[in-house]
Amino acid sequence: MDVKAVRDEFPILHQEVNGHPLVYLDSSATSQKPIKVIEKLDEYYRGYNSNVHRGVHTLGTRATDEYEGAREKVRRFINASSTQEVIFTRGTTTAINTVAASYGRANLREGDEVVITPMEHHSNIIPWQQIVKETGATLKYIPLQSDGTILLEDVQKTVTSKTKIVAVMHVSNVLGTINPVKEIAQIAHNQGAVMLVDGAQSAPHMKIDVQDLDADFYAFSGHKMCGPTGIGVLYGKKALLEKMEPVEFGGEMIDFVNLYDSTWKELPWKFEGGTPIIAGAVGLGAAIDFLTDIGLDEIKEHEEKLASYAMQEMNKVDGMTIYGPEHRAGLVTFNLSDVHPHDLATVLDAEGIAVRAGHHCAQPLMRWLEVSATARASFYLYNNEEDIDRLVAGLKTTKEYFGDVF
Amino acid sequence: MSFNNLDTLYRQVIMDHYKNPRNRGSIEGNPMTVDMNNPTCGDRIQLQLLVDDGIVKDAKFDGEGCSISLSSASMMTQAIKGKPVDEALKMSELFSDLMQGKDIDEGDVDLGDIEALQGVSKFPARIKCATLAWKAMEKGVDVEKED
Repeated sequence: MDVKAVRDEFPILHQEVNGHPLVYLDSSATSQKPIKVIEKLDEYYRGYNSNVHRGVHTLGTRATDEYEGAREKVRRFINASSTQEVIFTRGTTTAINTVAASYGRANLREGDEVVITPMEHHSNIIPWQQIVKETGATLKYIPLQSDGTILLEDVQKTVTSKTKIVAVMHVSNVLGTINPVKEIAQIAHNQGAVMLVDGAQSAPHMKIDVQDLDADFYAFSGHKMCGPTGIGVLYGKKALLEKMEPVEFGGEMIDFVNLYDSTWKELPWKFEGGTPIIAGAVGLGAAIDFLTDIGLDEIKEHEEKLASYAMQEMNKVDGMTIYGPEHRAGLVTFNLSDVHPHDLATVLDAEGIAVRAGHHCAQPLMRWLEVSATARASFYLYNNEEDIDRLVAGLKTTKEYFGDVF
Repeated sequence: MSFNNLDTLYRQVIMDHYKNPRNRGSIEGNPMTVDMNNPTCGDRIQLQLLVDDGIVKDAKFDGEGCSISLSSASMMTQAIKGKPVDEALKMSELFSDLMQGKDIDEGDVDLGDIEALQGVSKFPARIKCATLAWKAMEKGVDVEKED
């Protein structure tokens, strides 16, 4: 992979922040956008912005073709067996909430269990907390090992015949742990449960095959994979989606509307009430083309190299604590001595380096780590070793700056 | 390298309050207790106030947070101790203006060390760190008033 050529595709990277060339290390929060995606949005709004699925006119047909064309790109990207299994949503959060509100509400009863892990992002915790309160079901957690991984034998012990839903993140946004979701899905299925995979941190960074994983539901966001904000995907197996009720009602998703009753369109549109996120989907299609042209395997390999280089160099800084397992996806979450992550992030920002500081929408995991907050550097295809060298230099500067305090 | 820009944020007096927080701990007996956190970043403060006859007799805090939020809590408790509740609220108003980068007219109120936090106004992402303790104080005083 030619990182220099990749970087040239991202206009935003070529700027100075606080007098220094920008080093963007916050792609797990949101990725930057390549020129091809920006141009695609421009092309859509300048050329054929129109509502979909209803116009007889030329622009409407073009917009519909592009919107549905993007759905086919997503289908290929995750190897779904049909575009009927690809629902456009606002993002991962909406996708998981849809499953909780539709499948969860219809299938959970008192005595049933939903199984998740303590490393989940809030968006894969709270929808389940809410739906078990409503249905009288119970929420259970698969315990974590001290390095932030999960053991399949613990999954075996936690998932029982009472378990109806197992929901696990594919890659941790804090620890970088890559969870064995395929094996977990098998355990879930053996107990008659369905498996939801939160793919927010995996779909942007590795080849995904939902059929191989045998995930019943797979959720991810466009903005973390070079696409626009406000677009995401819920993949679901057709047999499940067909039985599920929509959670949003209105235009677009209906078949017949009578005064007192209505019927729904077929899949996937019955889950897409209202004017859909047309520009977002079209932009996501362009992002998928961009990532696929480079190759997801190449991207994964590049990020893993960066992560191990980062760990090696960061560990040389005095007072460094890195959280999570040795083998990880492309991110490093850490603390530096007693310097609070906010203070650290402010000093790095003054050096033009963007990192995330806080609880990363994973408060239960922060408590498990026994910290109130952490800093995180996350990498994507456009980052290089020089970015990491700048980060390490910035960390040394931070130590120097707060040196007389601690 | 130059730390000039950062130095407007991390003034020496701020780092002193961070390193040696004043009024950190808890008040014995049955003080008014306010727990407040900053959900976007995980900062957390517990503020205890002893208000008698319209006067803040004692103020103590505990919690977790960055240098800005903890030093601000330290300075705030120091400033309001012994002051009438109305004056404490006036200070809070002035502090809010200070954070928004407005020119402030202190009048009879003495903000003392607190003015060192003025530089925070140039770091918009950090303003909520500085205002956390003040928001807790306002909430505590509010509850006291209702009683």
